[in-house]
Amino acid sequence: MNLTPDLERARVEIEGYARDYGLDFFPTIFELVDHDQLNEVASYGGFPVRYPHWRFGMEYDRLQKGYTYGLSKIYELVINNNPCYAYLMKSNSLVDQKLVIAHVYGHCDFFKNNAFFAHTDRKMMDRMANHGTIIRRAMERHGVVEVEDFLDACLSLDNLIDPHAPALRRPHGRMDEESGPGEVGKLPSKGYMDGFINPSEHLHKQREKQEESHQRLQRFPARPQRDVLKFLLDHAPLRRWQQEILTLVREESYYFVPQGQTKIMNEGWASYWHSTMMTRKILKDSEVIDFADHHAGTLATSPGRLNPYKLGIELFRDIERRWNMGRFGKEWEECENLDEKMRWNRDLGLGREKIFEVRRVHNDITFVDSFMNQEFCDAQKFYVYRTNPRTGQPEVASRDHRLVKEQILFGLSNLGNPLIEVQDGNHNNRGELLLTHRFEGLELDLKFTEATLQALERLWGRPVHVETKLDDKGVLLTCTKGEISSEEVTPSGETNRSDP
Amino acid sequence: MIRRIEKDLTRFKDIVRGKIKRDLRKFVSQGEMFGRKGKNIVSIPLPGIELPKFRHGDNQKTGVGQGEGGEGEGEAGDAAGAHVMEVEVTLEEMAEILGEELKLPRIEPKGKNEAVAPVGRYTGIRRSGPESLRHVKRTLRAALRRQLVAGTYDPDDPILIPIRSDRFYRSWKEKEAPENNAVVIYMMDVSGSMGKEQKEIVRIEAFWLNTWLKSQYKNLSVRYIVHDAVAREVDEHTFFHLRESGGTKISSAYDLCLQMIENEFPPSLWNIYPFHFSDGDNWSGRDTDRCLSILSDKILPHSNVFCYGQVKSAYGSGQFKKDLDGRFGDEEKLITSDIPDRDGILDSIRDFLGTGK
Repeated sequence: MNLTPDLERARVEIEGYARDYGLDFFPTIFELVDHDQLNEVASYGGFPVRYPHWRFGMEYDRLQKGYTYGLSKIYELVINNNPCYAYLMKSNSLVDQKLVIAHVYGHCDFFKNNAFFAHTDRKMMDRMANHGTIIRRAMERHGVVEVEDFLDACLSLDNLIDPHAPALRRPHGRMDEESGPGEVGKLPSKGYMDGFINPSEHLHKQREKQEESHQRLQRFPARPQRDVLKFLLDHAPLRRWQQEILTLVREESYYFVPQGQTKIMNEGWASYWHSTMMTRKILKDSEVIDFADHHAGTLATSPGRLNPYKLGIELFRDIERRWNMGRFGKEWEECENLDEKMRWNRDLGLGREKIFEVRRVHNDITFVDSFMNQEFCDAQKFYVYRTNPRTGQPEVASRDHRLVKEQILFGLSNLGNPLIEVQDGNHNNRGELLLTHRFEGLELDLKFTEATLQALERLWGRPVHVETKLDDKGVLLTCTKGEISSEEVTPSGETNRSDP
Repeated sequence: MIRRIEKDLTRFKDIVRGKIKRDLRKFVSQGEMFGRKGKNIVSIPLPGIELPKFRHGDNQKTGVGQGEGGEGEGEAGDAAGAHVMEVEVTLEEMAEILGEELKLPRIEPKGKNEAVAPVGRYTGIRRSGPESLRHVKRTLRAALRRQLVAGTYDPDDPILIPIRSDRFYRSWKEKEAPENNAVVIYMMDVSGSMGKEQKEIVRIEAFWLNTWLKSQYKNLSVRYIVHDAVAREVDEHTFFHLRESGGTKISSAYDLCLQMIENEFPPSLWNIYPFHFSDGDNWSGRDTDRCLSILSDKILPHSNVFCYGQVKSAYGSGQFKKDLDGRFGDEEKLITSDIPDRDGILDSIRDFLGTGK
């Protein structure tokens, strides 16, 4: 830590308040850096040492330009690690620094206690540095360009993972794969009753079912697999150093998953705490205006945009208020007297306790789904907009909380990525790879899809396909030796999806 | 110590340069793909620089907002198709890429030691001056020293308050530095036979010529002359958009060009680059003879190089280039070039600038 004496004093003070409020965090190390250093660390996703790659340079270029032209400025950067590392920008005023420090302690508490971060590697800083070594060594042995090309291909696929994988236990080899479709089990019966107790059409159906489940076992993979990277690791013809690189790309992807799953909650929680601590404990009279200005900037909304900071902090505040006043549970839900509802206050004082519980067990999807109600939507003026096909202008379509919620949840599912699974690793019995896109109403970006298929073919070594929908028609896109072709198909994904 | 990110940034810039170079002909021939940003930066759409991923297209027509609704930015709707990543490149970088790709030699300016001008440089320090030139570091250092001596400095509360006597200011000293100036004089035939496409070709080529010459000279003036049967000086916009009909008398432009050089750009101080673009028609053989003699007697001795670009049009005979080549075939200072279409721009730039004059 290299804080100036007055910053260190502020930090100690704020850490004390945070602990008093019950926040629980890993040791947190603050570094005071100038904007060049901050932009560098930010380009690396918060980590001081990562593997060499040009896209970090691209990000740095963007951040530097944004800062130079005064368009954007990073205030706060904190990484999920034990100890937590956080960065403060030298040129910020003391009020801003205090706000950021308080905000950071909110994040650190969240990292440590939220269930979805529980499986993350808390020594990621070291691991990222090790990944740097692996790639540098590979570059020395196999050439910069070759390794970079391969890395580019892996990074094109790094969103093809299963965000829920850490929490899932999938059956492994439990089914007896050797036994073929055997005799269909019959209910015991006397000979003359057999035709009634075991009707032949029932037996026929059972036989078909068995047949199908047996066929499924013959498929490869047995059921569609969402962790495409894992499938490639297990089955693509990769050399050893390529395996290593794909493994580390996958690890890093999984490490960043919880950040995406809890963006609204994490920012809301940190904002809730910086606001609470600043206004109740930290601020001096002379600092109030600057704080209010900055805080309002963070929570600003603009038409057609959803600000996660704003949504998060308001939901936490609403939950706290509702649980303080006892506005929850069966009695409250079933009360139809509006007047009574308006005056409802049971003085339970459970709010603080409740929001600590919420930050422990929820992620963005369950958070929004459980706590966003019509009263909240009205008070916060949420709306769904839709582009009017005649004018081409977006218009407010509804303020119904169910629609608002549906829209937000839709954007959050699968972290906003299209749902793509491995369907068949031996397509057409020619060792080709077939992926399916589970179409949910949004088409794939065609240009990007084609380029991604080319990257996939590099890894798989044989032609690759993806089945999707364009203009409401099933389409099979194929990449063979870098050439893209497409043909219409009847969507098969739908029937396969009914698998348990 | 080189920071890690510098390496990644260099690699990124190399990749961008590589992509631009590979597609240089396309970029050069489609001048309008450029967005000019400010004076010195162009932004170039480079599809394929981003890492591709499976992602949703831009066909999402709905979303959630917060607030009254009100007037949005209204940007949805007219932005068709996917966003293409744009990279910003300075004109100097662009010139460098152009130079590397066309293997253009650096220009050896004439009159290197002849023209000198005073140049101000902030190299000195003074105790008085305007606040905008205050030397913050030295001022604070002086304040720190004074407060340490006076015992008013508290390391736990490190506040420095400079007083009048602590202040230092930057000051400038004048130095004589050699100057190299260049002037480009564009002449274009705007008679009826030069169509829109021909002018567009001239415009794009002029952009690239300027870009290269700007990277070679500190001061570059650009002047424009249009002519049909008579010649006059116009501004840049008029030059590329004016459409006249009527005859063509090239000597009128050369007369005006010569006048300009003699009055405003003494050849001892200026590097002079006249460029003439036409479709090759002239009024009469007698006028062509006059042109040739103005060139050989007056303009050529004054100029670094005289360039004639003949843009192919449906009507032009292309005779003028033959006349020039016939007369000045072995004259190094006179360069002629055929520009059949947009794809010819790059080659013609190489013809003009390849000699390094």
